[in-house]
Amino acid sequence: MYHISGKSQPPMYTQALDQQGREPSAAPESPEQAARFQARVDAEEKIEPKDWMPEAYRQTLIRQISQHAHSEIVGMLPEGNWITRAPSLRRKAVLIAKVQDEGGHGMYLYSAAETLGVERATLVEQLLSGAAKYSSIFNYPTLTWADVGAIGWLVDGAAIMNQVPICRCSYGPYARAMVRICKEESFHQRQGFEIMLTLARGSEAQRAMAQDALNRWWWPSIMMFGPSDVASRHTAQSMRWKIKRFTNDELRQKFIDVTVPQAQFLGLTIPDPQLRWDEAAGHFEIGPIDWEEFQAVLRGHGPCNRERLEARRAGHAAGEWVREAAAAHAAKRAAQAAA
Amino acid sequence: MNADWPLFEVFIRSRGGLEHRHVGSLHAADARMAIEHARDVYTRRQEGVSLWVVPSAQITASDPDEAGALFEPARDKVYRHPTFYEIPDEVKNL
Amino acid sequence: MSAPDARVRYLLRLGDTSLVLGQRLGEWVGHAPALEEDLGLANLALDFVGQARLLLSYAGELEGSGRDEDALAFLRDAHEFANLALAEQPNGDFGDTIVRQWLIDTWQLQLYAALSTSTDERLAAIAAKSLKETRYHHRFSSGWLARLGDGTPESHARVQASLENLWRFTGELFAPDAVDEAMAAAGIGPQLAGLEPAWSALIDADLKEATLRRPAPQPFPWHGKRGVHTEHLSHLLAEMQQLPRSLPGARW
Repeated sequence: MYHISGKSQPPMYTQALDQQGREPSAAPESPEQAARFQARVDAEEKIEPKDWMPEAYRQTLIRQISQHAHSEIVGMLPEGNWITRAPSLRRKAVLIAKVQDEGGHGMYLYSAAETLGVERATLVEQLLSGAAKYSSIFNYPTLTWADVGAIGWLVDGAAIMNQVPICRCSYGPYARAMVRICKEESFHQRQGFEIMLTLARGSEAQRAMAQDALNRWWWPSIMMFGPSDVASRHTAQSMRWKIKRFTNDELRQKFIDVTVPQAQFLGLTIPDPQLRWDEAAGHFEIGPIDWEEFQAVLRGHGPCNRERLEARRAGHAAGEWVREAAAAHAAKRAAQAAA
Repeated sequence: MNADWPLFEVFIRSRGGLEHRHVGSLHAADARMAIEHARDVYTRRQEGVSLWVVPSAQITASDPDEAGALFEPARDKVYRHPTFYEIPDEVKNL
Repeated sequence: MSAPDARVRYLLRLGDTSLVLGQRLGEWVGHAPALEEDLGLANLALDFVGQARLLLSYAGELEGSGRDEDALAFLRDAHEFANLALAEQPNGDFGDTIVRQWLIDTWQLQLYAALSTSTDERLAAIAAKSLKETRYHHRFSSGWLARLGDGTPESHARVQASLENLWRFTGELFAPDAVDEAMAAAGIGPQLAGLEPAWSALIDADLKEATLRRPAPQPFPWHGKRGVHTEHLSHLLAEMQQLPRSLPGARW
C-alpha cells in the first residue's frame, strides 16, 4: 500500500483513485509491457487509472477527454443564449435543465480526465489560452429560437452517435462517464426534435424559422464527426486501443441515414441538392463536404470563436475573487478547527 | 492565495438498503460546499438519498503492481466456497 | 376589491417574484465563478421557474378569463407585474446575486412556512413543496454569504457593499397593503409584519457568521407588489417576452 497523495504533493493534484499517472514512469516502456497492455485491451478488459498504460495512450485519452469536456462547457453558451428568451415557461425550464446537464457532463469528463493525473485547472487554462480544442460546432451562432431546436435534434443527435460507442471505451473512467452522459442525453435530442416539430407544424413564420435553422446547422453537424478517415490522424491507433470503435465516416453515415427521414417527417428540406438514396449501398449519399470551412473554424475563424472564448475568460476572471474568498474561508475554518 | 479548490470524491447511496457507491469527483473549497456540489452535479435525477464526500487526498489505494501479492493468495482457498464440499443429493437443507 | 380578486393578486405577487428571480438566475448559467456553481445556480433557477408555473397557473384558473401561466408571464406589462422590487435587481457580481438571494430566501423561509398552513389547500400544497426547496436555497446562499463575508478582505468589502446596496429593498418585504390584509383575514396568508421577528433573527445570525454589519433601516419608494417597479423590470421583460409577443397566438 502507498499513499496516493502524500503531504509533499499539492493535495488536489489528481483524482485519488489513480495516481500513478502524474509522472510518466522514468523507465522506458518495454515491448513486453506494451504487448501485455495490448493483450488486455484485446481481451476487452477495462484499463483503470492506476494500471500501467503506454504514455501515448494516456496522452491520447487526456487530449480526447479534455476536448470532449471543453466542448460540453463551451456548448453551454450557444443554447444558454436563449434561456432568458425561451418562449414558454415549460421551454425555459427544459432549456435551463439541458444547459445545466451540459455543465454536468463537462464535470463528469473533467473528473475522468483527472484520473489520468492532470488537474482540471491545467485543462481549463489550456481552454482559456486557446491552446486546447473543442468541438467546432459551438463556434456557430444561435440566431433564432429554432436554433435551440436544431441543436438538440442535430448536434445532440450527432453527439450521441459519437458517444454511444465510447461507453465501451477501454478506459474505465471514460467509459463510465459516457454511460452516465448517454443516459442523460436521450432527453436532449427529443426535446430538440419536439421544438422543430412544433415549429414545422406552426405558422408560416415558424416553419421558415425551422427551415432556416436546418439550413445553417446541417453541414456543421455533418462535420462534427471530424475529418474523413483518409485524413484523420488519430483513428487507426485509437481503434487499436479501443478508445474508438467506429471510424469518423462510419459514424457520419449512420447519422445521415437516421436523420434524413426525420427531416422528411418534419417536412423540411435538407440543404444539399446532391443528397440521394443509394439503393445498392442502402445508404443516403450526400454532396461534398466543405472541409475548408471546417479547417477555418478549427483555426479560429468561425463566426463565434472569439465570443465563445471571451465569454469563458470573462466568467473565469470575474469569478477569481469568489474562488479565492471560498479558499480563504476554508483555510480560516480549518485553522480554527485545528486550534 | 490559491483560488483552485481541492478535489473531493463523491459516493452516493441510491436508496435505503444499498451501500454508498463511488460516482466521480468534483472540486469544492470546503466539505459543506462539496456536499452541495455533489447534490447539484450527481443527483439531478434523483440518483440518491445520501451522499458522502471525501477529500481525494485522504484516500489510500492499493497499488496495481501489488495486486498479485494482495489478491491472488485467495485464489486457492477454494474451501471457503460451499461448492467445494461434496454432499449426496438426497441430503436436504445443507 | 372582491375577495377572489385579492386572492388572484396575492398569487400573482408570489408567482411573479419567483418568475423574475428565476429569470435573473437563468442569466448566470454558463458564466458562474466555477463550473459547479453553474450547476448550482441553474438548480435554483429551475426551482423558481417551477414555483412560478404552479402559482401563475393557479392564479389564471382563479381569475377565470382563460389566461394560463404563459399568458400571464409573457403578455403582461411591467406595471401589471407584482413581484418584489428586490427580485428584479440585476445580477451584478456574484456577491450581489448571493445577497439578493439570501434576503429573499430568509423571507421565503418564513412566508412559505406560514403559507403551508393556509386555508387555501392548493396554495398550502405549493408552499409546502416550495418550503423544502427554500431550505436548500437558504443553505446555499447563507453558506456563500459566510464564505464571501469571512473570506478575503476584498470579498468582505465587496459583499458588505452589496448588502448596503440591496438593504433598501427589504422594507417592502414586511409592509402589508389591502391585499395582504384581506388574505390574512381570510386565513389564506400570514400577517406580514408577524414574519419579521423570525426573519430578523435569522438575518442577524447569518450576518454574524459572515462577519458582516447589518445596515440601518431605510424608507423605500418602491411598491413592486402594486406594480411600481425600478427601471430594471421593463428591460428584463422586454427580453423575456420578445418572442411570444412577436408572433401572437403562436404555439411553442
